[in-house]
Amino acid sequence: MELLTYLPEVFSGVNLVILILGTVVGLLLGAMPGVSPTMAVALLIPFTFQMDATSGLILLGVIYASTVAGGAVSAILVNIPGAPANIATILDGHPMAKSGRATEALHYCFISSGIGGVLGVLVLIFFTPPLAELALRFGPSELFWVAILGVTVIGSLGSASVLKGLIAGAFGIWISLIGFNPILGTERFVFTSHLQGGVSIVPALIGLFAIPQVLYMVESAWRGQSGEEFRMESRSIWRSVRYNLSRVRTLTLGSVVGAIVGLIPGAGGQIAGLLAYDQSKKFSKNPENYGKGEADGVISSESANNAMVGSSLVPMLSLGIPGSPTAAVLLGGLLIQGLFPGPDLFSQHGQVVWTFLGALLAAQILLMVFGLYISSLSRYVIRIPRQYMAGAVAVLAIFGTYSVQHSYSDVLVMLVLGTGMYFAMRYGFGPGPVVLGIILGPIAEENLLQGLIIAPALDGPVPYFFTGTINIVLISLCLVSVGYSIYSELKIRSRRRAAQSAEASGK
Amino acid sequence: MINLMKRYLMGLLAVPVVFGLSALGAVQADFPQRPLTVMIPYTAGGASDFQARIVTIPAEDVLGQPVAIINRPGAGGQVGWNQVVQSFGTDGHELAGYNVPHFIAQSIMHDTHYNKDNLEPIANWGADPAVLIVSRDSQFDTLEDLVEYAKANPGRVTVSGAGQFVGHHIATLQLERAAGIELRYVPTSGGVDAMRFVQGGQSMAGFNNLSDAYRARDRLKILAIADVQRDEEFLPDVPTLKERGFDVDDSSVNFRGVMAPKGVPEDRLEMLSEAFVKMFNDDRSKRRMSAGGSPLRVMNRAETREMWERQQVALEELFEGMEAN
Repeated sequence: MELLTYLPEVFSGVNLVILILGTVVGLLLGAMPGVSPTMAVALLIPFTFQMDATSGLILLGVIYASTVAGGAVSAILVNIPGAPANIATILDGHPMAKSGRATEALHYCFISSGIGGVLGVLVLIFFTPPLAELALRFGPSELFWVAILGVTVIGSLGSASVLKGLIAGAFGIWISLIGFNPILGTERFVFTSHLQGGVSIVPALIGLFAIPQVLYMVESAWRGQSGEEFRMESRSIWRSVRYNLSRVRTLTLGSVVGAIVGLIPGAGGQIAGLLAYDQSKKFSKNPENYGKGEADGVISSESANNAMVGSSLVPMLSLGIPGSPTAAVLLGGLLIQGLFPGPDLFSQHGQVVWTFLGALLAAQILLMVFGLYISSLSRYVIRIPRQYMAGAVAVLAIFGTYSVQHSYSDVLVMLVLGTGMYFAMRYGFGPGPVVLGIILGPIAEENLLQGLIIAPALDGPVPYFFTGTINIVLISLCLVSVGYSIYSELKIRSRRRAAQSAEASGK
Repeated sequence: MINLMKRYLMGLLAVPVVFGLSALGAVQADFPQRPLTVMIPYTAGGASDFQARIVTIPAEDVLGQPVAIINRPGAGGQVGWNQVVQSFGTDGHELAGYNVPHFIAQSIMHDTHYNKDNLEPIANWGADPAVLIVSRDSQFDTLEDLVEYAKANPGRVTVSGAGQFVGHHIATLQLERAAGIELRYVPTSGGVDAMRFVQGGQSMAGFNNLSDAYRARDRLKILAIADVQRDEEFLPDVPTLKERGFDVDDSSVNFRGVMAPKGVPEDRLEMLSEAFVKMFNDDRSKRRMSAGGSPLRVMNRAETREMWERQQVALEELFEGMEAN
């Protein structure tokens, strides 16, 4: 098999250096809020000009895989997702850290990332031809329903109640409408030139998560409280590995959801993590623990976003159609090297591609090893006094936002959104649903508009959006998702009521 | 291996050295003093982006300064191009990529801040004609099949393209008029997406860039090219719409190049134009462009300005009586 033939190439000389350095740099870049995987890969493309095709691709692939995993570090320790893909990791990762289980959470995060990542790359290696065909079948109607499936998760994401979650989600979707109509190019809701290009995801993500955190730290430092200080426990890696491996169902669920979402053009890691988190919550025996520090929450989200990495390259390598925004940037790196996706890629440039795939596989294992090592170092982050921490996070937030596209308007938007979120959080609104709204709004809108343009040429909008196998499967998933949310909400409520009445009668 | 590693390490070391040298060079010429930026208003990885990166590789040898590509995507280029006239400095260090007919068409149909008169062309590197494509297993084998079907089923043939008022849209409009048929144009967010629509059967046909279609040629049928002559280098067997009797000219050809905001001193514009023309004609750029099926057409400032003016007239005529919706 070709993979084994070219495997020695992966571990030889320059490639090995790139592999190791790339993994470490990627983990660190990923941990910085503002440096999303997409941006990290775009940043490094110019460096690949000087390299031969194999080394260049290895660098980009390794950075892609490790930044996705690295984003979990800041998510768990400081409650700020390093990238949109790590939003779901926050929901249970940070509560785990607050209750003194930060090292454990980081362990689960890297072990699950490694396992999910390896599975994703195996999907890429073994199932590319049939799955690429499947990816092509996702048109506007199917993608619209994928976005709606994402919306059904909004209610259950870290707000005080489902209603508040939905209000926050709707606000996020409205924010996403600011700027230009993605299909027709007309402007709407633009009141100042700062909003001209609309609100991009990374500034919004940083603002909504980081700024309330900074203000909260300043507030508690000002009041002379030590705040929610937590210490990092020392925990044996092997114990974490054993527990993690025992969560077979969660790992499988996360990896499978991640791999499927990765295939869908344009969906990407942010949705993979959230959908996997939501599914694992719904399948769980004790869903009420989610959001309070449930290890399965971290495991599902992190295995999903790394499984997405490999499978998002399936349609890219075989058809030139990227499965995620980061894969799209990676495609550019491939084209610059004179490698053109398609069946020819494997036959003509077998050495490059198979070495690349081998490196991707090795990177998933390396990031697990280095990640586990970093986990034990992370305690130093926690020892930093609050006031310095607040300053450092504020600087990183502003720098990270500005560097995305060199725009002060983005910084302003980030600060305004963040300050607003700080006050909204006092009334039980969470940042998760808002960001999800901002991510899903454009996907839903663009595909709905395209669908409505295409539909009249076929049999009209109703058959276009409601028939076809994939559409029907997705619609059923949406219905099940909503139905199950209502059912479990009622169940938890009645259980609580029963407990209260038992308590009352006991007195 | 050690040699290779040495090369990379030397490359890294070279960065400060080059910066140092260029500081020396500044004594001789005061421009450019720092790395130039070229803003591309499309996503990284798209055709405009990767071509810009390829053609500016020789920058350091020619200008003494590297060129950095910055992406500012949104609304088919409008977000980035608005910024060129609103916030770019006029000292010649901040440049942008242009796509014609896109930006001219948008300035006619939308309320944009930019138009051909407040921008200054520097040099043109490429001309990517729109080609009419259908998927490999499509019922259409020839242009005539498609036109006939569209005549019998008005509005039933969907045609994907890279967005509203870009070259692909213009080619669709021109074909509709020339053949007396009604097509249904589906704008997508870029050439890659438009290609996906054709391959996946979401649209029955599409207009796309010659370069992208050339690379995907084993998965497509390329029916015609919307240009005044055949492309002898890449697709010698594909007929032009014109030779098949449909009066479609080259208004939809996607010209790519570099421009600056109005206000950059004349001598700098001249110097930049000369330098970019040299870069675009460099063997390194040429070889990589040709490998990707991207036709090169290098034009200097004056030639580019003339092309812009010509396009403005042609597009105003084409859009006469159309609403921007």
